[in-house]
Amino acid sequence: MNIHEYQGKEVLRQYGVNVPRGKVAFTVEEAVSAAKELGSSVTVVKAQIHAGGRGKAGGVKIAKSVDDVAAYAKELLGKVLVTHQTGPEGKEIKRLLIEEGCDIKKEYYIGVVVDRGTGRVVMMGSEEGGMDIEEVAAHSPEKIVKVVVDPAVGLQVFQARQLAYDIKIPGELINKAVKFMLALYKAFEEKDCSIAEINPLVVTGSGDVMALDAKLNFDSNALFRHKDIVELRDLDEEDAKEIQASKFDLSYIALDGNIGCMVNGAGLAMATMDIIKYFGGEPANFLDVGGGATKEKVTEAFKIILSDVNVKGIFVNIFGGIMKCDIIAEGVVSAARELGLDKPLVVRLEGTNVTLGKEILNGSGLNIVAADSMSDGAQKIVSLVK
Amino acid sequence: MSILIDKNTKVITQGITGATGSFHAKGALEYGTQMVGGVTPGKGGQTIDFDLENGTKVTLPIFNTVKEAVAATGATASVIYVAPPFAADSIMEAVEAELDLVICITEGIPVLDMVKVKRFMEGKKTRLIGPNCPGVITPDEIKIGIMPGYIHKKGHVGVVSRSGTLTYEAVHQLTTNGIGQSSAVGIGGDPVKGSEFIDILKLFNEDPDTYAVIMIGEIGGTAEEEAAEWIKANMTKPVVGFIGGATAPAGKRMGHAGAIISGGKGTAAEKISVLEACGVRVAPTPSDMGATLISVLEEKGMLEKCKA
Repeated sequence: MNIHEYQGKEVLRQYGVNVPRGKVAFTVEEAVSAAKELGSSVTVVKAQIHAGGRGKAGGVKIAKSVDDVAAYAKELLGKVLVTHQTGPEGKEIKRLLIEEGCDIKKEYYIGVVVDRGTGRVVMMGSEEGGMDIEEVAAHSPEKIVKVVVDPAVGLQVFQARQLAYDIKIPGELINKAVKFMLALYKAFEEKDCSIAEINPLVVTGSGDVMALDAKLNFDSNALFRHKDIVELRDLDEEDAKEIQASKFDLSYIALDGNIGCMVNGAGLAMATMDIIKYFGGEPANFLDVGGGATKEKVTEAFKIILSDVNVKGIFVNIFGGIMKCDIIAEGVVSAARELGLDKPLVVRLEGTNVTLGKEILNGSGLNIVAADSMSDGAQKIVSLVK
Repeated sequence: MSILIDKNTKVITQGITGATGSFHAKGALEYGTQMVGGVTPGKGGQTIDFDLENGTKVTLPIFNTVKEAVAATGATASVIYVAPPFAADSIMEAVEAELDLVICITEGIPVLDMVKVKRFMEGKKTRLIGPNCPGVITPDEIKIGIMPGYIHKKGHVGVVSRSGTLTYEAVHQLTTNGIGQSSAVGIGGDPVKGSEFIDILKLFNEDPDTYAVIMIGEIGGTAEEEAAEWIKANMTKPVVGFIGGATAPAGKRMGHAGAIISGGKGTAAEKISVLEACGVRVAPTPSDMGATLISVLEEKGMLEKCKA
């Protein structure tokens, strides 16, 4: 789960991570009063959307006066910001972070992730702050340094010190950087983050080490023990169909194509998208109905797929193991009837009670095209939507 | 022969009184697995009954702790159906009880819990499969997990996969073509897990009854690339592959917690190119996993041997 920068900074502040003073604003008036409250000579107005690259896209403004703050807030609020992470459709700015400006001497990078290879948390740093870490990794990998954290004892002072020296934090600020890193690790661990990225970390003219930006992602499997984090969820930043799907415990991801997919199992759902593409079609979504799909779940899945106006046909691909094909077939038939489905529907059923399932489909009187295999089904739906 | 488990393996179920645990304990009993007991804290001393389809009735003892269950039953393996918030603790309990094998089916364990579990397991004897996996099956002998047993056929092809349903898909394609399996292992869809592809490939390589292997990967991480390099250097048996997620957008978690392309890493294209470069033929579509293996077996003159 993602949260906004200003929320991330609030979480970090609770752990003693040094961040600039700032306030969220939903209106121009709130922006102005926040700026007055901060009283800083330079104020930064930052668009709050769940995507990186905001600075380059014009979503971050430096204001020298309260009037400037008002003007920038007016300009940004309601504007659609297109960054390299939003896709061409961009995202509407609904919130701003009004923050005190600071005198940046140098920018660095600090990130915390779970490393699959070692099965451990890794903190990495770079003296190349402010740019995409992927770019740094591609061009000068030697400038990225890492320390691997032993979960039994957590990040140690010597590790943080080593990292601080390696990324060339000025000698007199090493202790402040160490304190920063230890606090960041503690926040990462206690809040079950999946990513904590500070880019840039800055050292300032007044001798501070602080997080100028903060990107926190949380492990959705661990949200059950972080009610405070769940409250930070901003549904405006998520796809409405994905939100609806999550209510029914369906795993759905919207894509750009026109063939809706309903599949059981995440691996098979991905592979179904792949095979549609292989035969020249474009999948409209990833949808895993899970192992225990009921008639109601199948109906809901159909509704969500059909709420996507681009969908011209649906491919149902089920390998019934524990889940029986006749149950799925009944769900498909009743959903198609209830929704008055008027688009091509190809169904591939395999596995437990497959004969019974096929009989139900054939006897339904509905225009359902049966497929013998995944590739047969994919080819049929691709030709039907053309 | 087989890997990890055979007809002599005695198994306990952690979470046996839950709906999922008891449902699949029954399925395992139907298949012929030696299920010898279960663990549910607070229900120790009770028993649980299973009425099998062949008319027999099986009664299994329930224990409060894994340690007690092992002492009383002589189990060497455990399967875990405990809910995600408590599953990591269950794994560690099984490890502490010195089981040889722990298979964790539970989906949704926090990743930092698994980081701690892996640290806890260092230097201990237990091998962990999963979490978030379908389990392990050695056809006609033993089934531990949630896979449909009847699609399998005893034979000589090993299957290892990050995805449950794609494992079934591969197994089904093999069985319908008359090719049996030595064992099929789902290693699970989580980013931090007990066993990786290489761990299982090593076992298949050493198993005299496995003649060839299908390895099914997906986007996210670099385990497939590492496995490819290992295969090139060590594997004496043909391996064919499939990678799911060629069309998955970057930065989106595709159902499995571990199936995500992040920072440009973990794409299907990258994995496929490394596999091919290391001599692993990759099926162009998930419908062709069986056919791809058959074509490789034919070229090597091994098809008849694998159909035996």
